[in-house]
Amino acid sequence: MTGAAVQISHLSKRYSDFVAVDDVSLDVAPGEFVTLLGLSGSGKTTTLMAVAGFVDLDAGRIAIDGRDIAGLPPEKRDLGVVFQNYALFPHLNVFENVAFPLRMRKWTQPAIEKAIGRVLDIVSLGHLATRRIAELSGGQQQRVALARALVFEPPVLLMDEPLGALDRSLRDQLQTEIKRIQRDLGVTVLYVTHDQEEALALSDRIAVMAEGKICQLATPDEIYENPASAFVAGFVGESNFIDVTMRGQDGPLATVAPTGIPGALFTATTSRAAAPAQAQAVMAIRPEALRLAALQDTPPCNAIPGRVALREFMGATVRLTIDTELGPMIVRDGRVSEAARFKAGDTVRLSWNERDALLFPPR
Amino acid sequence: MTKGLGNGILSGATGLLCLFLIMPTLIVAPISFTQTDFITFPPRGFSGRWYEAFFERPEWYGSLITSTMVAVVTTLLATLLGSMIALGLARLPRRANRLVSFFFLLPMIVPTIITAAALYSPFAKLGLVATVPGLVLAHTILALPFVVINVSAVAQSMDWRMVNAARSLGATPLVAFLRVTLPVLAPGIAAGAIFAFLTSFDEVVVALFVSGSGATTLPVQMWSGIRFEISPIVAAASCLLLVVSCLLLALFWFLKRK
Ligand SMILES: Nc1ncnc2c1ncn2[C@@H]1O[C@H](COP(=O)(O)OP(=O)(O)O)[C@@H](O)[C@H]1O
Ligand SMILES: [Mg+2]
Repeated sequence: MTGAAVQISHLSKRYSDFVAVDDVSLDVAPGEFVTLLGLSGSGKTTTLMAVAGFVDLDAGRIAIDGRDIAGLPPEKRDLGVVFQNYALFPHLNVFENVAFPLRMRKWTQPAIEKAIGRVLDIVSLGHLATRRIAELSGGQQQRVALARALVFEPPVLLMDEPLGALDRSLRDQLQTEIKRIQRDLGVTVLYVTHDQEEALALSDRIAVMAEGKICQLATPDEIYENPASAFVAGFVGESNFIDVTMRGQDGPLATVAPTGIPGALFTATTSRAAAPAQAQAVMAIRPEALRLAALQDTPPCNAIPGRVALREFMGATVRLTIDTELGPMIVRDGRVSEAARFKAGDTVRLSWNERDALLFPPR
Repeated sequence: MTKGLGNGILSGATGLLCLFLIMPTLIVAPISFTQTDFITFPPRGFSGRWYEAFFERPEWYGSLITSTMVAVVTTLLATLLGSMIALGLARLPRRANRLVSFFFLLPMIVPTIITAAALYSPFAKLGLVATVPGLVLAHTILALPFVVINVSAVAQSMDWRMVNAARSLGATPLVAFLRVTLPVLAPGIAAGAIFAFLTSFDEVVVALFVSGSGATTLPVQMWSGIRFEISPIVAAASCLLLVVSCLLLALFWFLKRK
């Protein structure tokens, strides 16, 4: 099995006067893992179901390996689909659920048995073939849904929040497994989730969606390091936001005045993706880019005083909430870092590098 | 101590209520085996002569055949229509669903006597009185709500993405319906069909209006039997009716457990 290319161009879908998907274009390379990431209601499912053939499009073109599939009914598209909540057939056992697509394709019984033996091994369910669906745990149901969508070796796999109903540890485990299966089979995956950690871990590229539009399409690293907007900076990973006024600009560097502290000046970097056009801007700093020090040290230029309001131990990292004149700021650092030594109530100094403070147009 | 007493009273009351509910059965079953020529309680002797009589007299076994025929055709019609209605309802938005369901449940809410009286004159004009098709039509109206309720209950809790899943796996709309929708709805359809059959099989009010010399159902025959000949044959007929109902209810519980 090798993956196929998926080309989505200028997709639009409206429900009466509500625009669910607004001019979405996305090219997925063969074997690539692309995730649609967005809040609930941002149009992810509608986009995915348009590719699967369940949404009548108002505009746009969808092609698999260059072949336009817009006119094909879902059963002719030959795409593997894993639905939200799995949509398994409760009246059939595990074997017959997975055999369904093969029976539709009129495979012989020996061929079916061989294919199912293989795919159930891939998802580690070989021992449960005769179980009823109601007797399976959520994780096992997820594996059956995956096996059923993969058994007929589709070139493209569409997955809608496949891990949404599972608890954290099971999710991590299945996430690794999905990635391994996708690598081994070389299948192209278009994946939908609202969980940014999941998207960051799984994807070759992420399309961040909001209000029916793709607001950034890039690799996970690129999205994390160079978010296209303040929204993306806040949605993918955490960010501290500070309202500022632009005072001067020198190449990518800018001098800004924070709205909250009269007279103070910071330096920051105008974001590559979207430089603020107006005087008002918002400055975003990742929690791990903020440094904490005792207040009496000599002050560097980008710094503000504060007091530790809350210290949360997260295991590998420590998350501190610092009350400052600019409002509460989140700091995250390693378990054995300098910052981890501060306790609630300590007075501290927050500082950051101008490279890590990105300027965006206000939200 | 008080708790034990309370439980005792509760058990006693429950027992009495059960006895009250089962009383008609406890009386009618022995009566049907009496040797006497008239209804007596307690019955005297033991014989199957009234069951023999039932199957020898054409007005009695004929009415059983009519009832069975009417109930079977009513069941088929009501199940088909009711299932289609329930499938349609499940796809309506919630408020529209509530409103439209109300119409389909009306025959259950409207007193049967009103339905019967309302049907009589149009049926008379159309020549449907005292015919099997007339009885079937009338009973289908009464049985429909039971099918709609039972199928809707399953249809509304069903995850319709299943149908899309079947489509994505290569099934045409028809195949998806036959291989997924229908089997998933089957328990509801079976329950609806059983209730439809029972509704028709022991219905007497509408049947009294619509029956006639050409087509008399068993309950109507029993009604006139009680009025004109107080013979234990009525008790035998009751027991037969009871056995059919019990068998169907047993079937219902069996299907439900599966
Ligand atoms: N069949 C429909 N009728 C009306 N509105 C719909 C329908 N399907 C989706 N929507 C609306 O379109 C928007 C996008 O939905 P969806 O694609 O399911 O979002 P997501 O999967 O990102 O949560 C939502 O606001 C939703 O309410
Ligand atoms: Mg969704």
